[in-house]
Amino acid sequence: MGYLRLKQPVALPPPDDDKRWKIIDVTMRRNGYSGHALIETLHKVQDCFGFLDDVALRYVARSLRLPLSKVYGVATFYHLFTLKPQGEHTCVICTGTACYIKGANDLVDGVHERYHAKPGQTTGDHKLSVLSARCLGACGLAPAAVVDGKMLGKQAADALLAEIEKAIE
Amino acid sequence: MARHPATPAAAPKVRVVTLKIDGHDIGAREDETILNAANDNGIRIPTLCYLEGLSEWGACRMCVVEVAGSPKLMTACSTRVAEGMEVTTNSDRLQRYRRTILELLFAERNHICSVCVSNGHCELQSLARACGMDHVRVPYRNAAYAVDSSHDLFRIDQNRCILCTRCVRVCDEIEGAHTWDVMGRGVDSQVITDLNQPWGQSTSCTGCSKCVQVCPTGALVKKGTAAGEMEKQGGFLPYLTEMRGNR
Amino acid sequence: MNLHELQVVAAEANAKANAQKRCVRVCMAASCQSSGAGGVLKGLKSLASSDADHDVCVKGVGCMGLCSAGPLVRVSSADDTPDRLYQHVQEKDAKELFASVDDGPVERLACSTDLPFFTRQKRIVLENSGEIDPEQIDDYIAAGGYEPLVRAVTEMAPYDVLRNVTESGLRGRGGGGYPAGLKWTTVARSPEPDKYVICNADEGDPGAFMDRAVLESDPHRVLEGMALAAYAVGAQYGYIYIRAEYPLAVERLEKAIKQATKRGLLGHHICDTPFSFEVEIRLGAGAFVCGEETALIASIEGQRGQPNPRPPYPADEGLWGCPTLINNVETLANIPAIMREGGEWFRSIGTESSAGTKVFALAGRITHTGLIEVPMGITLREIIEEIGGGIPEGRKFKAVQTGGPSGGCLPEEHLDMPVDYDTLRSAGSIMGSGGMIVMDETSSMVEVARYFMEFCMTESCGKCVPCRAGTAQMYELLDKIATSTGTPADLQLLEQLCEVVQACSLCGLGQTAPNPVLSTLRYFRHEYGEKLRPDPLLQPVAAERNGK
Repeated sequence: MGYLRLKQPVALPPPDDDKRWKIIDVTMRRNGYSGHALIETLHKVQDCFGFLDDVALRYVARSLRLPLSKVYGVATFYHLFTLKPQGEHTCVICTGTACYIKGANDLVDGVHERYHAKPGQTTGDHKLSVLSARCLGACGLAPAAVVDGKMLGKQAADALLAEIEKAIE
Repeated sequence: MARHPATPAAAPKVRVVTLKIDGHDIGAREDETILNAANDNGIRIPTLCYLEGLSEWGACRMCVVEVAGSPKLMTACSTRVAEGMEVTTNSDRLQRYRRTILELLFAERNHICSVCVSNGHCELQSLARACGMDHVRVPYRNAAYAVDSSHDLFRIDQNRCILCTRCVRVCDEIEGAHTWDVMGRGVDSQVITDLNQPWGQSTSCTGCSKCVQVCPTGALVKKGTAAGEMEKQGGFLPYLTEMRGNR
Repeated sequence: MNLHELQVVAAEANAKANAQKRCVRVCMAASCQSSGAGGVLKGLKSLASSDADHDVCVKGVGCMGLCSAGPLVRVSSADDTPDRLYQHVQEKDAKELFASVDDGPVERLACSTDLPFFTRQKRIVLENSGEIDPEQIDDYIAAGGYEPLVRAVTEMAPYDVLRNVTESGLRGRGGGGYPAGLKWTTVARSPEPDKYVICNADEGDPGAFMDRAVLESDPHRVLEGMALAAYAVGAQYGYIYIRAEYPLAVERLEKAIKQATKRGLLGHHICDTPFSFEVEIRLGAGAFVCGEETALIASIEGQRGQPNPRPPYPADEGLWGCPTLINNVETLANIPAIMREGGEWFRSIGTESSAGTKVFALAGRITHTGLIEVPMGITLREIIEEIGGGIPEGRKFKAVQTGGPSGGCLPEEHLDMPVDYDTLRSAGSIMGSGGMIVMDETSSMVEVARYFMEFCMTESCGKCVPCRAGTAQMYELLDKIATSTGTPADLQLLEQLCEVVQACSLCGLGQTAPNPVLSTLRYFRHEYGEKLRPDPLLQPVAAERNGK
C-alpha cells in the first residue's frame, strides 16, 4: 500500500525541461514519493498544467511507482480531474439543490444556446469551458455561477451571459 | 484494492464457533466467512464477483444473506461467522432480490447468449438459470461498447463485462502486473489496460491469460473461439494461492 | 504553552479589544465575499488606519448567518449601545458606515437584529462565527479557545475526556447520528499502537454549507475538537479530508494549523506533555461518495474512492488498517464546548434522544436563506415560518427537503414535528448533514425526485451492481414519468427497484438513494399518478402514427 518503503526513492528526470515539473517533484518529495500521495500529486499537475495528459500521468506513475492503469483509474474517478485541455475561460454553473429549485437549469440552457457547450464541454474555439458543480455552498445566493474564479450570485441567464461576454472580451 | 482475507497461518489461536445456516447447526473457524462455512457444509450461496484465491470485493451483491438481529442484509463473502449467528441464505425475499440484480446486469450491457463464445460456460448465464431469472423486466440500456482485439492471443468485449473486477484482482494480486484497472465511475465504469490504451499495446501485460481464465462471462476470451467454444479454466487459482502461502 | 501562558494571551487580546471604542466586523465568509465584502473590508480598513484616534477596530470575521442579505457589517461599541447590523453593504458605503461610529446609524442599510432569525437561535458550534477573525489564533484564544484542550492534556486523563463526550449524548452530525461517545470508545479501547483521527469535511450534499461556514468562520475550533478526540482515543496523527471546491476554507485551515503548531497547541509534545498530534489536510477531488467512511479512507490512501463492505468498521480497521476515528466537522466543533461546560450541560439542551443543537443551511424558496443553529426538538414550522420568515412572493409552502440526496421531502402535515434524528427518520426523511431546502407550489415533486436520482446516478461509484445499474434504471423510469410518457407498470417497477437498491447496495449512498423517491411517493403520490399514461399497450401504436 505504499506505506512502508524499502528502497530510498529517487526523483526521476522530468519528461521535458518545463519548469513546472519541479513544482510537482516538490509535492511528491514532500510525501516521500509514496503511492498514497497520488491524488495530491494529480491536483498539483492540474494546477500547473490545467489538465492531465498522458505524459504527466506516466511521469507521476513512474515517480510514485504505481501501475499505469491505477493512475488512470484514479484520474478518471474524480470529477475535478480533467484529461482534456480546458478553454481559456471557465464558467462553472452550480446545480446544487437550492440552485436547481431557483432555476439553475435556465442558466445551463442559456449558456448552451449561446455557446453551444453543455456542462463538461469546451467551445470549438477553446475560448470557454462550461462546467457544472454539485454545490458551491453558496445556497444563500442561488442560483450561483463562477466565471473565471469570480463568484456570481442570484444570476439570471442574461446577466450571466453578459459576464461571460465580458470575461472573454 | 480490497483487504486480503486473513491468512490462517498468521492467526495461530483460532476458536471454533457454532452457528445456524438455514436451520442447520454448523461449526466453523471464527475467521471464516459465512460463504466458506456454508460451502463447506453443502449450502450453496450464489456468487459472481467472489472467487476463491482472490481478495473479497463484495460488489455483485448476489451473496446477500439475512442475519437474525441485523436490519441490513450482509454479503456472505465478506462477513465473518460469529457464535450463535442465525443466517438465512435463501428466503423468498432474497431470491427476488437476486433475480432483480441479475436483471439489472443483463440489461446494463449487451448479453446475448446465443452469439456469445462463452454460451454454455458462462457464470452469469448459469446463475440466471439457477436463480430462475427467465425474463428481464427493466429496459435494456443498449449502449454500444468497443471490442478490443489488438492483443495477439486474447480479446476483450466490453459489452459482456459485468465489472466484477476479477481480472483486475487476479492481475494485481496473483500475477503482480496490475495491467487492468477500472476507469470512470458509475454506469460509465469500464475495465482498462494501462492508460486506457489498446490491450495489444500494453507494456505491463505479461500475456499470462489469468484474467481470461477467471472472467465469469464472455468479456475476456481467447481469440479464435466460435460461439459456445470458450471454456474457462479457473481451477489454477486456489492451487496457486495455496502454493504461495506454503512458500 | 501552558494554561497560564494561554490565559495571558487571552487577557492581552481582550485588553487590546476593550481599549478600542468601536469594533466594525465585516462578514468575510464565501457567500458575502462573492457579493463584494472584500472591497468593503478594504475600504473600512484604510479609513481606520488613516483615522487620527486609532480607536476603531476593523476586522474580517466569519459567517453571520443571513447570507441572503450579504455583505453584512456589524458595528459594536464598548459602551452599552446595542450592536448595529447593516445589510447589502457595498464598497461605496464604507465611508458612511465608518462615520456612523460618531454620526449615528445609517438607516438606509440597517438590518434589524430583533428578527426571529437571530433571536430564536442557540449558538454553540457557531458561537464564535461572525465574532472572531478566523485568521487570528489570538482572537480564538481570547474567546476562551484552546483552554479546554490545554486543561485536558495537562489535568485530565484521556478517559475523563471520553466520559464527558459519552455523557453529553452527542450524536454524529454527518448524517447517521451514531453516538459519538460509543465510536470514540471503540477506537480508544483498541490495543493497536497507531491510530488516526479523521475530520470529514467532504460536505457533498447539494444545498448544505454548514461545514464550510464552520471551517471558514472558526477553523481553530475544529482543530481543537480533533486534538481533544486524538487525546481521548490515543491517536497521534490526524487528517482533514476537505472538498477542493472550498478554497477559502482550505486556506484558512492551513493558516490555522500553522498558527496552532507555532503556539505549541498542535504538533510534538503539546503543552510539554508526552501527547503529540499532527494534522494534515487532504483535498477531495469531486466525489460525493467519499463522504462515506470507507470510501473516504480509500481516497486518503490515494485510491479510487470506492467503499468497502463493513464490517470491519473503520474504528477497528481504518486508514492503513489502523483503528480510525472519523467524525464530521460539526461533531468535532461541538467538542470544545462540551469539554468547557461539561457533558451534563450539553445533554440538557435538545431532546432526550438527540442532545444539543443542530446547524441547518436554509435555502430554496424561503425569505431568509442562510445558516442557523437551533436546539434539537424545535419544530419544522418554527424553523421555516419564524426563523426563515416563510415563503416569499405570497406563494404556498409545499415541501421541505432534508438530508440531501439521502433524505426525503416532508409535506405540510409534518411541519409541527419536532426535529430530531428519530422523528425525521420515522417520517421517511433523515437529519442528514443539515441541508434544508424549502419548496413552494411551483416545484414538481416528480422532477425533484428525478433531480436527486440523477445526482445519485452520477455520483454512484460503480462498484456494486444495485447502485450502479439500479440508479441508472430508476433515473430512466423517473424521466419517463416526469415527461408524461410513463405507465402504471413503470411506476410499479420503480417501486420494486427502490426496494432492491435500498436493501442490497453496498454503502450508504446506494442504500439511501431511493429515499427521495419513496418519500415523494408517500406524500405526493397523486403527482406521480397525474403524469402517468393510462393505457400502456396503445401508446407505441399511437406514437408511431403520430410520427408519420
